[in-house]
Amino acid sequence: MSTTSTDLHQHADHGHHHPPAGFKRWLYTTNHKDIGTLYLLFALTMFFIGGAMAMVIRAELFQPGLQLVQPAFFNQMTTVHGLIMVFGAVMPAFTGLANWLIPMMIGAPDMALPRMNNWSFWILPFAFAILLMSLFMEGGGPGFGWTFYAPLSTKYSGDSTALFVFSVHIMGISSIMGAINVIVTIFNLRAPGMTWMKMPLFVWTWLITAFLLIAVMPVLAGTVTMVLTDKYFGTSFFDAAGGGDPVLFQHIFWFFGHPEVYIMILPAFGIVSSIVPTFSRKPLFGYASMVYATSSIALLSFLVWAHHMFTTGMPVFAELFFMYCTMLIAVPTGVKVFNWVATMWRGALTFEVPMMFAIAFIVLFTIGGFSGLMLAITPADFQYHDTYFVVAHFHYVLVTGAIFSIIAAAYYWLPKWTGHMYDETLGQWHFWCSLISVNLLFFPMHFVGLAGMPRRIPDYALQFADFNALISIGGFAFGLSQLLFVWLLVKCIKGGPPATNQVWEGATGLEWELSSPPPYHSFTTPPDIK
Amino acid sequence: MTAPNHQPLLWKLLLATGLMFGFGFALVPLYDVFCDLTGLNGKTSTMAASADNAIPDEKRQITIEFLARPDPKMPWLFQPQIRQIQVHPGEIKLVYYEAENPTQALMVAQAVPSVSPGQAALYFNKMECFCFQRQTLKAGEKLLMPLQFYVDPALPAQFSTITLSYTLYDVTQHSPAAQVAAVYQTGK
Repeated sequence: MSTTSTDLHQHADHGHHHPPAGFKRWLYTTNHKDIGTLYLLFALTMFFIGGAMAMVIRAELFQPGLQLVQPAFFNQMTTVHGLIMVFGAVMPAFTGLANWLIPMMIGAPDMALPRMNNWSFWILPFAFAILLMSLFMEGGGPGFGWTFYAPLSTKYSGDSTALFVFSVHIMGISSIMGAINVIVTIFNLRAPGMTWMKMPLFVWTWLITAFLLIAVMPVLAGTVTMVLTDKYFGTSFFDAAGGGDPVLFQHIFWFFGHPEVYIMILPAFGIVSSIVPTFSRKPLFGYASMVYATSSIALLSFLVWAHHMFTTGMPVFAELFFMYCTMLIAVPTGVKVFNWVATMWRGALTFEVPMMFAIAFIVLFTIGGFSGLMLAITPADFQYHDTYFVVAHFHYVLVTGAIFSIIAAAYYWLPKWTGHMYDETLGQWHFWCSLISVNLLFFPMHFVGLAGMPRRIPDYALQFADFNALISIGGFAFGLSQLLFVWLLVKCIKGGPPATNQVWEGATGLEWELSSPPPYHSFTTPPDIK
Repeated sequence: MTAPNHQPLLWKLLLATGLMFGFGFALVPLYDVFCDLTGLNGKTSTMAASADNAIPDEKRQITIEFLARPDPKMPWLFQPQIRQIQVHPGEIKLVYYEAENPTQALMVAQAVPSVSPGQAALYFNKMECFCFQRQTLKAGEKLLMPLQFYVDPALPAQFSTITLSYTLYDVTQHSPAAQVAAVYQTGK
């Protein structure tokens, strides 16, 4: 490329000053801030659609017996709730944050591949439209669980399976393009002087997440393709009658699935590592160890997949191997938790809403980590497998882990994005309502799970009735509390006290040197890194 | 500063994506090889074994349990003649499974074996088995199907019981033999 920097400047000055108005601005946009906003609003919408399905589930489980929905529809709700929350809410929200923040944090003018960026967002609404439309087909949508185990998905599923497969393909393509964009941006567009070990931890964790995405999303694409050909084209990857093996499905799925759960938590670690130092008014304790811990978690995630399959009849040696590898992950994760606590130690703490969500994240994610350690113990897992204890575990790490970190990030960077301070009182109400209701929702699930209540069942034994009523009340309260968040977002986008450039007294980093809101094109000349 | 060229890195990452897509499919044969070596999934060999160097170990007795299960979509009656048998390792035994096609049509079936505990599969050697080929039964026909086997004397000491289970699948539609027979019958 022979373009000189003066040419680039003229382009930046004359080419993009007036984005097209109305809908076309969003449809044609290649601007990382616009695309970040689109991703975040899309994730919020999906969070409420998936949440509405959770409300159906909890309403049905409010009492034992079948009240509101048929078992087949209940199964479709658990399946699509899981798919939407994983692929439609958590992952796009993190990609949205990456789009907004990574260029500003490393002093880049935009993402490296802006047109691909536009594509990776705009195919997502189609993926989820296909998935949601399948619910209205004759025979209903996919009902085999978000894990789509064979032979449930190959032999005993309806024709919505084809739509499910194609929508997962599109979601996968979108995530892979997003990941490629993040990697190329971070490798090629860091401002001069932004060395690897000077990058903010959010950038580091996203870089590692992007590599995980490239490693495992293609495997997921392969898995759904095998399900498709087994169901419609007579192959026998998972069909014992033709020489295949249904257990092979679980191995391939979880080879994707376990790194996938770290894809949904590593960026959260980056967010919390940004927020805790700001409100402790101290630099992050153990920056380098955070980078190494994140990398080792990512590497270990490829060696633990079979802990989801302890009950499939593996040899003892394999069970021990996967048990110890799983427990080993607690070590780098513990390093992170202790680093956050050490950052807060003797800091000048204040408790604005982002900090509250970040502290709640540290405590509640750790609870989810501990129940994960319990599940890792092979002999105990035979008791816990497929019970509500597992449901409690992964909701603690994904709701009070991933989702809380996303909400914390939204509060933390909202004044930067909009130029307005949010309503602190309303935010505190949102936090406390969410905190209390989410624990009422998920904590008793540990008890009913240990007592033997199976997951993914629309009815249950009478002795679980009281706890389930409590859980449902917690669920409805948590769902309603999120409406406070939407109200707060609308208020903050429309107006509010103007935010300063730094917004938070203790905030450090390149994004806080820009104006609030930042200009449409920022860092068109690279900043100086001190 | 010139604008950085993103193409080389972009192509490397796309290549990595393509390789990982291929790796997902490569896991299928890898899994089969891994299972053959370790007996992880309880599959027995689909080839006949020879018993040349098997010397019966009279001091040890192993219980072999036989199970049979037609696939839920399979109308055949299918069961072992005896449910369980005591054998010495190295001793050659012959047992029979009974199959009956109660329908009005010619059908082809394939039995798929599974051994539990899985690691014992490596030591369970079949010299003759009805599962080595597809079985064809005319309407209403009955068949005694042989299974000749021995247990390798090298079977580790912790195994005292081996369960052999067969699932019988309807493979009529995938079977050229059945098509030929059907044409032959209707043509007459």
